Amino acid sequence: MAKQIYFEDVQVGTEIGPLEKNPTTQQLVRYAGASGDFYQIHYDKDFAMGNNLPGVILHGALKNAFLGHLMTDFAGELGWLRKLGVQYRGMDQPGTKVVARGKVSKKYTDGGYNLVDCEIWLENAKGEKTTPGSATVMLPSRVAVSEKLR
Amino acid sequence: MANKYVTDEARKQIGKTSEPRTYEVERGAIRRFAEAIEDRNPLFNSERDARQTRYGSMIAPPTFCRSMGSPIPDIKLDMPTFRGLDGGSDWEYFVPIRPGDRITVQSKLVDLRESDGRLGPMVFTTVETTYTNQFGEVCVVQRSTGIRY
Repeated sequence: MAKQIYFEDVQVGTEIGPLEKNPTTQQLVRYAGASGDFYQIHYDKDFAMGNNLPGVILHGALKNAFLGHLMTDFAGELGWLRKLGVQYRGMDQPGTKVVARGKVSKKYTDGGYNLVDCEIWLENAKGEKTTPGSATVMLPSRVAVSEKLR
Repeated sequence: MANKYVTDEARKQIGKTSEPRTYEVERGAIRRFAEAIEDRNPLFNSERDARQTRYGSMIAPPTFCRSMGSPIPDIKLDMPTFRGLDGGSDWEYFVPIRPGDRITVQSKLVDLRESDGRLGPMVFTTVETTYTNQFGEVCVVQRSTGIRY
């Protein structure tokens, strides 16, 4: 398990990630199998091109999963991902890297929970944000470790 | 301007729900999902390691619910043919999902609207899916936006 981050360690602007992913067509097939999403634009090049796409494209939900990975790594075992939002704005193709990143935009306490809101996104090799999103994470405090967390 | 597809009549479908469906969470399905997204977090991959954590067992990664094949309410629109796009999702997490859980999945149409895009009228559907475990605890709520054009 990675090193735990605590509420006291985080400030507005704290960077999250980066988490680099190098999706291949094989990964898209595995994701199709694991998720049950067998829409052919994600693994059949002819089908994808017949639908005016440049080739097969990543499942939006796989990009959502990459951002989930970014945030559960950030929260650590004692933290809890409370909210995760993503919008699919641009397409990504296998064979080129995507990078998940984020930064803390707000730090506050609500109902006894230590919360941080984060701006997160997935960017392509050109640095374009194809998948912007947001997340809220509960973090443990060094003073009262995880007593109130589930 | 009046909507072409999302008429007042069509909007009466807001609130419509799907049939609930129950899905049994298998440990192997969680592991295969984690492998497919290349997330090596021991909580999602190793029962032995996960038992040493505060959870006491493996848990599912945040978007695992995607694999439960959530049923969609039957939305009737007078669109002869259309293409569909996944616009995105907003998730809220309350209780971890564990191997052996029986999760009841139910979806509800919570919004239906139309706007003019470059390719003509676009219809936006917002579907809220609730994932409830065998103890009646709501584990996850997902709001997904679908686009039809």
